[in-house]
Amino acid sequence: MANVISLDSILGVGELKAAAEAPPAAASGCASSSCGSSDGPADMAPEVWEKVKNHPCYSEEAHHYFARMHVAVAPACNIQCNYCNRKYDCSNESRPGVVSEKLTPDQALRKIMAVAKEIPQLSVIGIAGPGDSLAAGGKNTFKTFEMLAKKAPDLKLCLSTNGLALPDHVDTIANYNIDHVTITINMVDPEVGQHIYPWIFHDHKRWTGLDAAKILHERQMLGLEMLTSRGILVKVNSVMIPGINDEHLMDVNKAVKSRGAFLHNIMPLISDPAHGTHFGLTGQRGPTAQELKVLQDQCEGGAKLMRHCRQCRADAVGLLGEDRGSEFTIDQIEAMGEVEYDQEAARTYREHVEGERAGRHAAKAAAQADVAETVGTEAQPILIAVATKGGERINEHFGHAKEFQIYEVGPKGAKFVGHRRVDQYCEGGSGDEDALGGVLSAINDCTAVFVAKIGGCPSTSLKDAGIEPVDRFAFEYIEESALTYFKDYAERLGQGAINAREGQDAVIRTGAFTARRA
Amino acid sequence: MAYKIKASDCTACGACEAECPNNAISFKKGAYAINADMCTECKGQFSSPQCASVCPADCCVPA
Repeated sequence: MANVISLDSILGVGELKAAAEAPPAAASGCASSSCGSSDGPADMAPEVWEKVKNHPCYSEEAHHYFARMHVAVAPACNIQCNYCNRKYDCSNESRPGVVSEKLTPDQALRKIMAVAKEIPQLSVIGIAGPGDSLAAGGKNTFKTFEMLAKKAPDLKLCLSTNGLALPDHVDTIANYNIDHVTITINMVDPEVGQHIYPWIFHDHKRWTGLDAAKILHERQMLGLEMLTSRGILVKVNSVMIPGINDEHLMDVNKAVKSRGAFLHNIMPLISDPAHGTHFGLTGQRGPTAQELKVLQDQCEGGAKLMRHCRQCRADAVGLLGEDRGSEFTIDQIEAMGEVEYDQEAARTYREHVEGERAGRHAAKAAAQADVAETVGTEAQPILIAVATKGGERINEHFGHAKEFQIYEVGPKGAKFVGHRRVDQYCEGGSGDEDALGGVLSAINDCTAVFVAKIGGCPSTSLKDAGIEPVDRFAFEYIEESALTYFKDYAERLGQGAINAREGQDAVIRTGAFTARRA
Repeated sequence: MAYKIKASDCTACGACEAECPNNAISFKKGAYAINADMCTECKGQFSSPQCASVCPADCCVPA
């Protein structure tokens, strides 16, 4: 395998032709807010768009095209969270169950060079742990970034932190041109915080209870304000813990917005006794898919929400939704010898994506206007599950999908609202009935599932469950297809040919992500 | 008097090494270890032994 996924499969059939025929300068032709809430250039200041457009974690649109890589150079942490067991990776900031290979800054640099050579989609290098990137003085984190900035200045740098040590490092972050920082903020009230954080280590002392939560809260808010006042983009991650901070996260959303956070990412708690975390052992459950979506919808209008987070591991490699980390172990990288950094393939790919996007923004606006005109503005939106390998196209076989992207489509347009991880239904050519049951419960709140191809047997099961399998948009763009489908759906609904699918919920899968590799 | 690290519980995160005011902690054979000759239990330096206070696995204990 030479690339993250072969570029052909991302680009799809006839893609280059479509891009060439698209009207020019569409990015500027889409200046109104009618483009929907997906974070395109119309929704933000040009200098902000310039920063986020190729960052898969900061731009929903970019996540279809660009890859990120985390290097696990920061194993130390300075706080304890009830959803984390430090014998493993942090189970929410990175997927649980498998301990990352910890890297020295030198090893990290070699790994980055090796990955950049293989994956032209790579645009971002992040440090997310497996502990806290700024604990232990942030020594390894900054050493890695210092070396990287010299060797590959076109790669964007970003880091994640719990915020406790953040105020001490804001100047250094600014000096290293790190223009994306993620802070995990689960509360803005120490009364809530004491149920999430048993202790913190601060100012040479271990603090517990309310004192710990109060210090952490103050440091997080201070760090956030210091970053945004310097023009550094901040994403806030929050873990949604039902019964502890679920409703409180609306207050968090307001508090971080008022302090200038660019994006708010509400993630479901991952909790399982097997992870050995406090929440896992005490039976604290995570939210269902609908609980998460309802909270995210309630926060709309506040800080902009991110819904495409895959809660990836501290050593993840590739597009969001996949992890090719095991192809780049220390042993494999040592065996590659010295790898020179080559910007050419990455530059060609980025130029191609620029052309592609200009056409897309105009095409989406046109499809949306058509729906608004024919269907009217009163129709209820529906959810559609999509099997995709990236590139914003319906280009994955139902049986090969390891996740489904969820789009909400209605008179206001089509927008990405989430994703559901599943076990591959089809392996080695035959279907797995257990896996099919898992897929059905993961997308149970959807009206239709868009696929490039699907077999007769799963197709029947989906129909029996009330979910329409749709393969007629194979290799087409997701959003335009969803709008075309919605137009037809609204018509059938109006004729009484079908019934609306309402009040269903779906299961968010937890547990270790173990990509099965051929 | 000195502290020691229970190697079987050590996650090798290195938080203790960064906090030790006496540079008494180093990485040896898969886990961190405290040089007893250099350890002061942080007496006269801090209110509690720094390694034990920061360790996520609570594996820094009196020797």
